[in-house]
Amino acid sequence: MGPETLAQVLRPLTGIFLPKDHPDLLVGLDISDDAAVFKISDDLALIQTLDFFTPIVDDPYDYGAIAAANSMSDVYAMGGEVMLALNICGFPCGLEPAMITEILRGGAEKVQEAGGVIAGGHTVDDREPKYGLSVLGRVHPERFWTKAAARPGDLLVLTKPLGVGIISTAAKADAADRAHVAGAVESMKKLNRKAARLLMETGIRAATDITGFALLGHGSEMAEKSGVRLRFALERLPFLAGAREYAGDWLFPGGAGRNRKCYGSGVDFAPGVPEEMRELLFTPETSGGLLAAIPPARIERAQELFAAAGQPFWIVGEVAEGAGIEVGM
Amino acid sequence: MSKVIDARGLACPQPVLLTKKALAEENRVTTIVDGETAQQNVTRMAEKQGCLVRVEEREDGIYLNISREGEPAPEAAVMLDAPPPAGPLVVSVASEFMGRGDDVLGNILIRAFFHTLGEVEPVPDVLVFYNSGVRLAVEGSPVLEDLRALAQAGMRLLICGTCLGHYELKDKVAVGEVSNMYSIAETLLGAGKVVSV
Repeated sequence: MGPETLAQVLRPLTGIFLPKDHPDLLVGLDISDDAAVFKISDDLALIQTLDFFTPIVDDPYDYGAIAAANSMSDVYAMGGEVMLALNICGFPCGLEPAMITEILRGGAEKVQEAGGVIAGGHTVDDREPKYGLSVLGRVHPERFWTKAAARPGDLLVLTKPLGVGIISTAAKADAADRAHVAGAVESMKKLNRKAARLLMETGIRAATDITGFALLGHGSEMAEKSGVRLRFALERLPFLAGAREYAGDWLFPGGAGRNRKCYGSGVDFAPGVPEEMRELLFTPETSGGLLAAIPPARIERAQELFAAAGQPFWIVGEVAEGAGIEVGM
Repeated sequence: MSKVIDARGLACPQPVLLTKKALAEENRVTTIVDGETAQQNVTRMAEKQGCLVRVEEREDGIYLNISREGEPAPEAAVMLDAPPPAGPLVVSVASEFMGRGDDVLGNILIRAFFHTLGEVEPVPDVLVFYNSGVRLAVEGSPVLEDLRALAQAGMRLLICGTCLGHYELKDKVAVGEVSNMYSIAETLLGAGKVVSV
């Protein structure tokens, strides 16, 4: 579902649960973010999120691992840790049990890697396979991150390269190079946990993860909720091998057009930014990296921490006064 | 030879891939799509390959009549009122001045030229800027407003990236798309007509 339609169908719900009746719900429908945050005590808040999707790659184990990494990513985008997860499954009756086992094993090993546990789940019959997790995480009620805390002068950093969306679309159409697909799969399977921990040590305020609404959609939300303008520099944005090539062949999924339609009016491109790169920045990502705003005084520390941990880290732009997004060369 | 691809009901990027494959074998292809996204993606890919795309919206779908430059456009049932086929009209701008001799005069002339360009027929499809011509497309150029209006009107402006680098103007581009020699050579060679100023 596109972001506009989503906002439209959710609108009537905002009147049912009023923020004043639920003071412990720190983040929810009123201030939508990557996940809900619910305060339990002065030093504990729970993070709740869920996500599931149809197969994005051929290998069942990889599919399960990617779906799980993607589901847990919202917990990391709020600055939390994963505790507990439940499987959400829809499988065709005829699907081989061995195949289902592989999907679930991929998901389970990913949750284990995250230090969490899968305690159960629910399965329904479905024509097309669907898999994902409902995830429970924890965070200090005064130390979680939101999209609303970026300040002018902050630097924007990204912790995974972009491009898994267009590569997996090309792969579905048998038009992608194997090495490129392998690169995208590795990137999608990677947990945002380490990156989130390092950002926590850096002392950041605002973060989100890059998924279905693409860099420019999730960036737009951060800009809007923080009341700032985000400036990205195209030459600083990291892309997976193959992404630019498939963009040049115009192999975009339908979701790119939907995102452009919804967020395009708030994005200004420098005249030199090629058409296909504009579309690529609107292309949905899956299990993408964290986009965080870091005060300039802490950027050096962040660079040192990420370098020491061998974690990728790119400074891709800056936060300015104003509204919307600017993509320069 | 001409080929018809019925891509209605297919999700992106299938319409693009089917059209691309057909274009590898045929010089004229008609792709029928049923959505704006597929229309845009197929059109952009075809144009990038140097093809002309004529759009015909019908009740049962959007017909994209695609032809390689220099080839007759798809006709018959698909194109009812097609003009005589021709490659794009390209204007090549190799200098920031129009003509050789006096540069003060050349500067006045080039300003007048771009000012007039939006009002005369035929309308060029592509403007190619290279060597000191790239100075016209950067911040502070005397013809910037006119170029922006032309770009707005749908004209394609290709700016030579190597030349921008040479003049150290890479971050000053104010209009058009930064391009490379491959695209520029392809545009010049594939043109129906090239006008040098």
